[in-house]
Amino acid sequence: MLNRLASAPMILAAESDGHAPELSPGGFFAETAWIMLVLPFVAFLAIVLVGKRLKGQGSELAVGAMGINLVWASVLFVQNMVEGIYREVNLGIGEIGTVGGHRLSFELGFVVDGLSIMMYWVVAFVGFLVFLYAVGYMKGDVRVPWFFASLSLFAGSMLVLVGAPNLMQLIIGWEGVGLASYLLIGHYWEQKENSDAAVKAFLTNKVADVGLILGTILLATVLGSFRFSDLNEAAAAHSDTLGGVALAGGLLLFFGAMGKSAQFPLHVWLPDAMAGPTPVSALMHAATMVTAGIYLMARTFPLFHEMATEARPWMVTIAVITLFVLGFLALVADDLKRVLAYSTVSQLGYMMAAVAAGGYTAGLFHLFTHAFFKALLFLGAGSVIHAVHSNNMSDMGGLRRQMPVTFWTFVIGSVSLAGVIPFAGFWSKDEILATLGHEGYTGFMWVAIAGAFVTAFYMTRAVALTFFGTYKGHGHPHESPRVMTGPLVALAVPSVIAGLLNIPGVSWGPIRNFTDWVGARVVPMGDYHPSAIEWDLAAYGLAAAVAGIVLGWLLFSPEAETQAARDRLEVPVLYPLLRHKYYIDDLYMSGVVNPIKGPIARAVDWVNGYVIDAIVNGAGFVTAWLGNLVYGRLDQQGIDLVLNAAAGGTRGAGKRLGLVQTGKVQQYAGAFVVGALLLVVVFVIIT
Amino acid sequence: MAWFESAGLSLIVFLPAVGALALFAFPKANETAQKWTALLVTGATSALSVLVASLFDYRTSERFQFEVSESWIPAIGANYHIGIDGISLPLLVLSSIVTLLAVVYSWDHWDEPRNVRGFLALMLLLLTGMNGTFVALDLVLFFIFFELVLLPMYFMIGIWGDSTERRIPVLGRTVTMRLYAAIKFFIFTLFGSAFMLLGFLALYFRSGDFLGKNTFDIPTLIALGSENAFGSGTFAFLVFGAMFLGFAVKVPMWPFHTWLPDAHTAAPTVGSVLLAAILLKLGSYAFLRISIPILPDMAREWAPFIGLLAVIGIIYGSLACLAQTDVKRLIAFSSVGHMGFVMLGIATMTDVGFNASIIGMVAHGLITGLLFFVAGSLHHRYHTREISRLGGNQKLMPWMGGILAFTAMASLGLPGLAGFWGEFMSLVGAYQPLSGLSVNQFQTYMVIGAIGTVLTAGYMLWMLQRVNLGEPKDEWSGHEFADVSTYEWLAWAPLMVAIVAIGVYPRIVFGATTDAVVNLARTAFGG
Repeated sequence: MLNRLASAPMILAAESDGHAPELSPGGFFAETAWIMLVLPFVAFLAIVLVGKRLKGQGSELAVGAMGINLVWASVLFVQNMVEGIYREVNLGIGEIGTVGGHRLSFELGFVVDGLSIMMYWVVAFVGFLVFLYAVGYMKGDVRVPWFFASLSLFAGSMLVLVGAPNLMQLIIGWEGVGLASYLLIGHYWEQKENSDAAVKAFLTNKVADVGLILGTILLATVLGSFRFSDLNEAAAAHSDTLGGVALAGGLLLFFGAMGKSAQFPLHVWLPDAMAGPTPVSALMHAATMVTAGIYLMARTFPLFHEMATEARPWMVTIAVITLFVLGFLALVADDLKRVLAYSTVSQLGYMMAAVAAGGYTAGLFHLFTHAFFKALLFLGAGSVIHAVHSNNMSDMGGLRRQMPVTFWTFVIGSVSLAGVIPFAGFWSKDEILATLGHEGYTGFMWVAIAGAFVTAFYMTRAVALTFFGTYKGHGHPHESPRVMTGPLVALAVPSVIAGLLNIPGVSWGPIRNFTDWVGARVVPMGDYHPSAIEWDLAAYGLAAAVAGIVLGWLLFSPEAETQAARDRLEVPVLYPLLRHKYYIDDLYMSGVVNPIKGPIARAVDWVNGYVIDAIVNGAGFVTAWLGNLVYGRLDQQGIDLVLNAAAGGTRGAGKRLGLVQTGKVQQYAGAFVVGALLLVVVFVIIT
Repeated sequence: MAWFESAGLSLIVFLPAVGALALFAFPKANETAQKWTALLVTGATSALSVLVASLFDYRTSERFQFEVSESWIPAIGANYHIGIDGISLPLLVLSSIVTLLAVVYSWDHWDEPRNVRGFLALMLLLLTGMNGTFVALDLVLFFIFFELVLLPMYFMIGIWGDSTERRIPVLGRTVTMRLYAAIKFFIFTLFGSAFMLLGFLALYFRSGDFLGKNTFDIPTLIALGSENAFGSGTFAFLVFGAMFLGFAVKVPMWPFHTWLPDAHTAAPTVGSVLLAAILLKLGSYAFLRISIPILPDMAREWAPFIGLLAVIGIIYGSLACLAQTDVKRLIAFSSVGHMGFVMLGIATMTDVGFNASIIGMVAHGLITGLLFFVAGSLHHRYHTREISRLGGNQKLMPWMGGILAFTAMASLGLPGLAGFWGEFMSLVGAYQPLSGLSVNQFQTYMVIGAIGTVLTAGYMLWMLQRVNLGEPKDEWSGHEFADVSTYEWLAWAPLMVAIVAIGVYPRIVFGATTDAVVNLARTAFGG
């Protein structure tokens, strides 16, 4: 039954010189990588069943499972950096019939290659730290066991997603993380705005999922397979079978990715998702889950690179709108988490822009570094919120003295995000700029550089308002406990140095470059050339970041007249436009959601009662009336009783059925037998 | 086990009926004995069904197995011909087990007027009808079992149903819900059945032209159908249409569905569960067993129309759900949408579509059955089904709320749970329907169906939000609510396990069905 297929044909790497290192099938840890996919679900079940009775209310199970996963992922991570691993296992879970001349099967399994290992490790590393942090953050919460159960459910689904060797399994993980997201955004479901945000996230993603599902159907139907390896092989071979549907299928998959990765105009759910507890925002709505769309694009990259090339300019356009236009929304938010949320949307735009333009390793590298510094920023924000009991920066200020660890790590995260050399974000953002330039999107490249200015500006504003000036909130905030600051420090390290993993031309002993090991693919893919660093572009990007920081500091430092500065910023037209989030949410609510929920649904219900059912009732009434007319007082049991009942509506029948109510079912059973016998007689007569 | 090969299916069909009679051996007051008898009988029936499933030869799932053919009414050539193949096997197991769970649930849930013996007898009789329909291979036999289920359900609704008064739109009469719903259910279905019977008789008389003698035998008629004996003229058109009416009412397909919300809303919990879980499947099953293989040319001709009604049902059902204020009525309308997916699968006339419809039926049976169980238990505790009066249920009854949420997620087609496969594969089928059908038309259906999944998620989540989340309403303060009871756990846990198991490992169903539907599509449409 285990039709294991550890096929590894045509293994090539993505190195620009075409040099293809041998990929090994990995050892024990690659063979047993499925444990990572299963373990969090075991933790989920265990917490649901016995979590309440444990000392840590189930948190120890969640953290423990993630710890084991981190060991597994780390071993694979290091092993892969040195030698490169490829292993794919598919387990048939049911053949469903003939599609396009092929017998199509559903499969589950796991894939261990550069791309999935990178994701395994990010999920396990950030996940472990966030779980640990949450132990402190959620202390005394109303539903600790359920919180950790849901987190485990998320981790499991996310690993199922990134470990998927086929589209079907990816969809299962995809919706699983969506479910976990729904549960965790709505963690405090007593308040309606939280459950509203949860429903909004689920439904926005469900809209996008229509694209993912239809795209999957299109591609699988012509290929006769859901496997990525088959899809990518066909794409790389410019297969005729794929020809017609490549563009449509690719665009549909992209539409799916737009939901999860919050691309314009499906980004609306992500800022609202901040209603969830902060660890959730850090792990799911910044570091991992929202990158699923980017991951999907990378996983199916040969399709876009070789076949659906006409789709790429559209995809880049969407991504650039996302990174630039939506980044502005971070400028006007007072809620610290919302600032970070819009920043996440914008950074996802950067990643998507790179992948769409053709530099998927650049996009993945930004995904990698972003996971660290954005998770760090969210956890830092959580630490602050934990201390001041408010999300709003107008209740903060001056916290750098009381919360030094939080302050310094937050600053590290901010400069990394802003793209200051030599922090991680600098290297990854530069690669994206270089990719856009290389692939001929020069205009968009300049927009992206301008976006870097905006990023630096709003982060400086956030740091200034939160940590400088005087404290404007209540009580006496103090630094968070070790269990929370520890993860901050642990995340600050890669936020500083992760860039070193991918400096072109620089390698560290046996460790290969990120671009080389993440891009190792199993199918040849034409002339894919990952972009090398461009020092002049890097200089522009850096200049934009520094300008953003300087201007931000000038306007928002405690020395500046803050209120006056804000007034100056409130440009007519633009400011209200930003405050109302470009009116996109309003448009969806009053243009789509409310009409469907209200008038349209009611109209359908009206038609049901007053048209269709009226015909039914009318027909029954007329028949019964005719029946009465014809049979007069012929009152026998059987059909006539029924007709009368329909006619009377029914007082008379009610009395007759009173007989029923006495419970004498036997009589009716008898009547039924008589009826059946009558039927037989009818047949005998007919013949 | 040779005796079991021949007697197994008959036992599964008639054991419940015998059990129903046996209940009357006990005095009315001895409820315990009656309950145990019913449990024993449904348990034995389930065990036998599982035994059949385990002895079933899955390598030849397209062939009828456990076949029995005895002369029954020689005058008309009606035979007692029963058998089971990969299409009917999952449904047979489903109906036996769901009825068993319904007996378990009933253990301490009795609606007024309390009459344990009467209610259990009806349930057992219903099981005979349902199982009989799934194994019948003779049109007369099929018809009798198909009609047999009407009566117990009619009485269940009429006696133990909702006794509130309701005004009917347009006619302006005020009626007692249970009487109105029971009668509407009965007459509506009977109306369809009359046409269905006409269709059967027409097939019977026409079959003589080819065989020399008339036959009701389904496999024989299928063999004729595979040679396209009944042609594609007016005769076949009318016969297909007549049978369509009978089956479409039962499914129910839009616009023949209006009996369903009333019947579900009025029925006692167990009635709703069995109605949703099994009875609705009789119609869609009949399409696969009778209409399509016997009249393949007409099936192809009617397919675009069936597909159209199916997608209208999907969208219409979902939109109607958004307007409902009653939990059970909402779930009832959701059935219209879900059965729309089942019928869309059938309408594609492909093996994948047929497969989609079967796993869709099984999943809908498990999921909607469970939803009605939970809705019934909520009603049992709150004594209301008004959504606007509920809220914060998750706080008052955490386990109950959790199970409701789980089931709602399954119902909206969350991948990894059973409900997803049917929806997804219906869309796969619609993308590439049977050759000869308009691809553009079916791909339009596919897109509409996919949009329907968003609406489905919309009403389910909204229902969850209003019932489960938020703070409990003031009127419930001070009330003590008992969370999920032991009997409820016993009845529901197997359903939840099955929903997850099929969701993760759908081969549980496909293992039986795939070869059978591939064969069905091949014999009907060649290729």
